[in-house]
Amino acid sequence: MQAAARTMLEKIWEQHEVVPETSDIPAVLYIDLHLIHEVTSPQAFAVLAERGLGVRRPDLTLATLDHSTPTRTEQIFGGVPVAIESAARQIRELERNCARFGVELLGLQSEQRGIVHVIGPELGATQPGKTIVCGDSHTSTHGALGALAFGIGTTEVGHVLATQSLLQRKPRSLAINVDHRLQPGVTAKDLILWIISQIGVSGGTGHVIEYRGAGVCALDMEERMTVCNMSIEAGARAGMIAPDETTYAWLAGRARVPQGGAWEEALERWRHLPSDADARFDRQFEIDAAVVEPMITYGTNPGMVIPINGTIPERRGDAAFDQALAYMGFEAGAAIKEKPINVVFLGSCTNGRLSDLRAAARVLRGRKIAPGVQMLVVPGSQAVKRAAEAEGLHRVFKDAGAEWRESGCSMCLGMNGDTVTHGEYSLSTSNRNFEGRQGVGARTLLASPLTAAASAVRGRVTDPRELLSH
Amino acid sequence: MDAIRTLRSRTVVLPAANIDTDQIIPARFLTTTTRQGLGRHLFADWRHDAQGAPHSDFVLNRAAARGCQILVAGRNFGCGSSREHAPWALLDHGFRAVISTQIADIFRSNALKNGLVPVVVDAAIAGWLIEHPGVEVSIDLPTATLTLPTGIQASFPLESFARYCLVNGVDELGFLMDRERDIAAFEHRRPGA
Repeated sequence: MQAAARTMLEKIWEQHEVVPETSDIPAVLYIDLHLIHEVTSPQAFAVLAERGLGVRRPDLTLATLDHSTPTRTEQIFGGVPVAIESAARQIRELERNCARFGVELLGLQSEQRGIVHVIGPELGATQPGKTIVCGDSHTSTHGALGALAFGIGTTEVGHVLATQSLLQRKPRSLAINVDHRLQPGVTAKDLILWIISQIGVSGGTGHVIEYRGAGVCALDMEERMTVCNMSIEAGARAGMIAPDETTYAWLAGRARVPQGGAWEEALERWRHLPSDADARFDRQFEIDAAVVEPMITYGTNPGMVIPINGTIPERRGDAAFDQALAYMGFEAGAAIKEKPINVVFLGSCTNGRLSDLRAAARVLRGRKIAPGVQMLVVPGSQAVKRAAEAEGLHRVFKDAGAEWRESGCSMCLGMNGDTVTHGEYSLSTSNRNFEGRQGVGARTLLASPLTAAASAVRGRVTDPRELLSH
Repeated sequence: MDAIRTLRSRTVVLPAANIDTDQIIPARFLTTTTRQGLGRHLFADWRHDAQGAPHSDFVLNRAAARGCQILVAGRNFGCGSSREHAPWALLDHGFRAVISTQIADIFRSNALKNGLVPVVVDAAIAGWLIEHPGVEVSIDLPTATLTLPTGIQASFPLESFARYCLVNGVDELGFLMDRERDIAAFEHRRPGA
């Protein structure tokens, strides 16, 4: 008898069911990799300490510091204290907790430190078929390698620390079929912003998205991470892409992947992961990558997004929409192109990888950023930083007038003091344009690294294709 | 977690859709290492201007909002970041339930684990509540029913396990700890174990 066709989600789910779900009780789901950072873990470790519990599998737990950490070199390596005292306390708390509970910490001065969603794949800790959680909603990033990866709250961080398991209901599945390839000058960031514009900021709620089709297979590994990263911006806790030769080639030889014969065995297991040809998804959605233009947000959620040559829409009678435009200082019917900007942020778990820095450098090489514009380049990890420096990208950024910082979440959420001034416009490669996200009163426009770099040069929102044509 | 069987309270209404967790509690307040005392940062940038003075017209700053335990909000409440600080701040402020037509997945999970009741209702019920701010409604957990002052009742989705945990004040960690033998057996048969 032929086994029923299954989606990749179903396969990974079934492989991790400690106890299957019933109508009364959720499944006990085993977690292969638990990533920890300083902001959402202290209260979880406190519960362990109160109850006299240990970390069940320190070997499946990996901690780093990224959210509230400084990006100024002197505060990381120069002995200058971390400027924000509460952030410094939080950093020390994670250091103490990791020492006490035997969890590996890639600490402040580690050359392996970085944004948790950048270093997981980079180290090869993220692998196809794994269940991966972290107290951070952008854990969806890791699904790009064919893992089931989703963000959890701090109570659940405590559950995983204590039991390596979670109580979970199996989510529904949403297939997003992407046909054709992206046009030149159009990036994975534009693709995911376009997808969000089509399905809406809550279109994926209750679902795990599987991105499929020729347009997805054609993406390189880092582009796939950018797409999966913003699944949560469409409401989906997880996004995933079937592992293929692109995935295996990217992972091969990384520090924490199985080596030698174990690698061959892992490959054999991973090749069974992709959804069966006739697997059924709860919902399907069709996307044509060929029609995607460079995208940019104009409002206060990632669904308020238009092609860069478009105009800001009008929604009569929608008070929240009008309030968002008032917050942004924009008017319905106006073009978004040529809007002046004050700050450019290149970085984050969405667009802080080497290929993102290369893309921006391609635009900035031999150019200067516009007078009065501040540009912050924050690599996603120390490894990204070193790799960028090895190929001279840091000189391109510095020569253009940008600041070259140490890795971290930085201005994506402004916890560490890297913030945008009240009322100023930030063209940011990050993932959220919520009110105040980058600082109180900050106005965020989300776009790709290419658009960010081109707009930095002009000091205005610029279609990057205008600077890429030569 | 305290057991909850029923809630009866006037409502506070925030009609906007897509209220994200950065609005509920901005990231700059997340450098805390405890879960206590976050209510003072709830909707910090909606309650205060850039100089820290309260906006007198913001609904949570009005006298009528005092003591209200039930928040009515627009569609897709709690989207964005996974920060559990959001339900902690709502609870610390005094809220015990959120009513919306849609509640974001991670927020919903976090809310349930802290005894903040997510109540998802249809657009007609939500629309009525938004048009009638401050009305007294009741929520019955054992039957997962919302009752409006008009007598209209609406059931809301609350799966049996979550309901059991809320009504009995049970936290999931104890339940998971009790599955230790199953977890150990799984670890034994796990590939690469």
